Amino acid sequence: MKTVEMPKMGDTMEEGKILRWMKQEGDSVTKGESLAEVETDKVNIEIEAFAGGVLRKILVPEGASAPIGAGIALIGAPDEPLPDLLTGNGSARAAATTPKETEKGATTPEAPAQKLEGLLREGTVGYSQGTPQQPGLQIAPATESFERIFISPIARRIAEEHQLDYSRVEGTGPNGRIIKMDIEAALAQRQEIPAVPLPVQVPVEETAPAIIEAGEVTEIPLTAMRRTIAKRLSQSMQTAPHFYVTSVIDTGKLADLRRQINEYAQKEPDPVKVSFNDLLVKAVALALVRMPQVNVSFAEDRLILKKQVHIGMAVALEQGLIVPVIRNADQRRILDIARESQRLAELARTGKLRPEDFSGGTFTVSNLGMFDVDSFTAVINPPESAILAVGSITPTPVVIDGQVVVRDRMKMTLSSDHRAIDGATAARFLQEVKRLLEEPFGLLV
Amino acid sequence: MRTITYRDALREAIREEMQRDERIFILGEDIAGYGGSYAVSKGLFEEFGEKRVRDTPLSEEVITGAAIGAALGGLRPILELMTINFSLLASDLLVNSAAKFHYMFGGQPEIPLVVRMPGGGGAQRGAQHSQMLESWYAHIPGLKVVMPATPYDAKGMLKSAVRDPNPVLFIEHELLYNVKGEVPDEGIEYTVPLNRGEVKREGQHVTIITFSRMLHLTLQAAEDLAKEGIQAEVIDLRSIRPLDIDLIVDSVKKTNRVVIAEEGWKYYGTGQGLAALIYEFAFDYMDAPIEHVNSADVPMPYSKVLERAALPKKSDVVNAVKAIVPQALVHG
Repeated sequence: MKTVEMPKMGDTMEEGKILRWMKQEGDSVTKGESLAEVETDKVNIEIEAFAGGVLRKILVPEGASAPIGAGIALIGAPDEPLPDLLTGNGSARAAATTPKETEKGATTPEAPAQKLEGLLREGTVGYSQGTPQQPGLQIAPATESFERIFISPIARRIAEEHQLDYSRVEGTGPNGRIIKMDIEAALAQRQEIPAVPLPVQVPVEETAPAIIEAGEVTEIPLTAMRRTIAKRLSQSMQTAPHFYVTSVIDTGKLADLRRQINEYAQKEPDPVKVSFNDLLVKAVALALVRMPQVNVSFAEDRLILKKQVHIGMAVALEQGLIVPVIRNADQRRILDIARESQRLAELARTGKLRPEDFSGGTFTVSNLGMFDVDSFTAVINPPESAILAVGSITPTPVVIDGQVVVRDRMKMTLSSDHRAIDGATAARFLQEVKRLLEEPFGLLV
Repeated sequence: MRTITYRDALREAIREEMQRDERIFILGEDIAGYGGSYAVSKGLFEEFGEKRVRDTPLSEEVITGAAIGAALGGLRPILELMTINFSLLASDLLVNSAAKFHYMFGGQPEIPLVVRMPGGGGAQRGAQHSQMLESWYAHIPGLKVVMPATPYDAKGMLKSAVRDPNPVLFIEHELLYNVKGEVPDEGIEYTVPLNRGEVKREGQHVTIITFSRMLHLTLQAAEDLAKEGIQAEVIDLRSIRPLDIDLIVDSVKKTNRVVIAEEGWKYYGTGQGLAALIYEFAFDYMDAPIEHVNSADVPMPYSKVLERAALPKKSDVVNAVKAIVPQALVHG
């Protein structure tokens, strides 16, 4: 018998409320199928079955809340006996809080709870509810919302190094202990999904979804990557108030500089070709150093200024997109950036990016210039607070000294999260980027 | 390289050292004319005479005390005790005299004493004569405790022990004397240090730490495991004290899993002490709790069938490894 637990869907989440059970007791479920819709402090999400079987018992009824880690349902074989504790009436009460308690919980400050959880994770404070050998009994009462996760030291170390939320990784070791192999499998899965640690379930052994042809439509079930893109970008649009600032750049000097750099770079021992995008990455990185207030994350009760500048570059893939990260782009020479971006793009196309290649970005550049796009707006890649959308370089008639002349120009649109960045800040940042691109020797000196 | 027995390797080490240094002499019960209970000293009496190959009375306390006194007086005795079980009679001298004098008397006296003695069971010697007591002595600062498992290591470590200025307990095993192995020709000088273990087989899935006779069972177990795709790294401690913890930690960093296979009992023994050190120095690299393979927690039965049941077997090592190496890791 396996216990379905209230998942942790974000750093600040303490409990979730069951909005709707999508399966009823006695229904059979397959791994990955949605079980219930849950409301958290931020979003409504669907909980997926992490194991197949029959939904034997719903422990938390619709409308009730449960702390993260608490059992909310049991999945098992059709004839498997229910644990004794749960055959009586009090089962739901054991896991769920009454609405009154929920209110009380909601006013509790978050920080101490997070601190306590940190201690639990580090093993400073041990807590185990029930008898570990009997998963059915692992139901935390509402007052003690943290359940001990059994994970081997090396597995925890690797998970923490890769910022992987291991609370939802299924352990295959004794007592359900998460072992190194499980974390490596989860990291391999995560490679398919874009940037930053994600508060979504890491699907284990997902089989290729079947394409259903029926009548006039074709239904394509979502891949893990597509689901993640959907969830994260919806969350970004819903929680981060986006605003947009556009600027037009004269790229004449930039093109000259690029040509000169490439003439030089092709004679390097290790020849490399620098793209406009590489110069953009450098310009943005330098601008972020000068304006650290844009290199920021919004964290509900505080702003987190990042001291390092890691620039993500959106790479389109057949099945979705991924954002590999050029670390410390501000400190790199342009040729380094070109080499690194080519290496990362190649790894991305061949699906060989490691988690550290696409996590930890502090700002993203999305360039659709090659698709003959005039301009566009991009959705911010959380937990970053801004993204730069770059269009094509176009010969444009402009008036200079009373004369109409043709100049190469490019439009850039900065999307900013207004919770962290104000309009004037965004405008000044874009101005700095513009200045660096129009006087591009600033990228070198 | 030629192949000789563990017994012959020991004798060669003693002979070569005695030829090298006149201060070296051997003493023990029945070691002269009879050649020793396990025939290690056979022929030495004829070669070196009774001044340097001395039969002693049947009193471990007396002969250990005499050996310590000789060491204090400037000689370099190699004392043979018939088994480690009898060393308990002399343990006060070993623990309170040999291990302490250098520390208690301002570092002035040195005790360059080697005590050779076999431990272990498997030859139907009964409960009192089949014990692995190395952890008793390895607990004591001031004593070195080594347990080589191969003829090569036996010869090289006995030479190092003889040259060491400290008391060294050189623990053999009754069932090792006939074990054969490659050893450089007589007269080719080599030594093996007293503070280094050795990786006797490389692997990436699990580290099996062992010593003395269990090394040979463990290597066989590793062969069997390899047929199933599990690559075990086998570390032979060789020295119980000082312990080569760096070698172990490096291996654990690679494999993340440890089995400790020893013939002694589990509780408060060498393996448990070792496990505590591994948890202390390599905790962050562990993927599973340490598995232990030991003798049954009983006095050794005399009955052949029961003795076999009480001693750790090759299959115990195989099963311990399988308990912590996930199938999917090997086949996945």
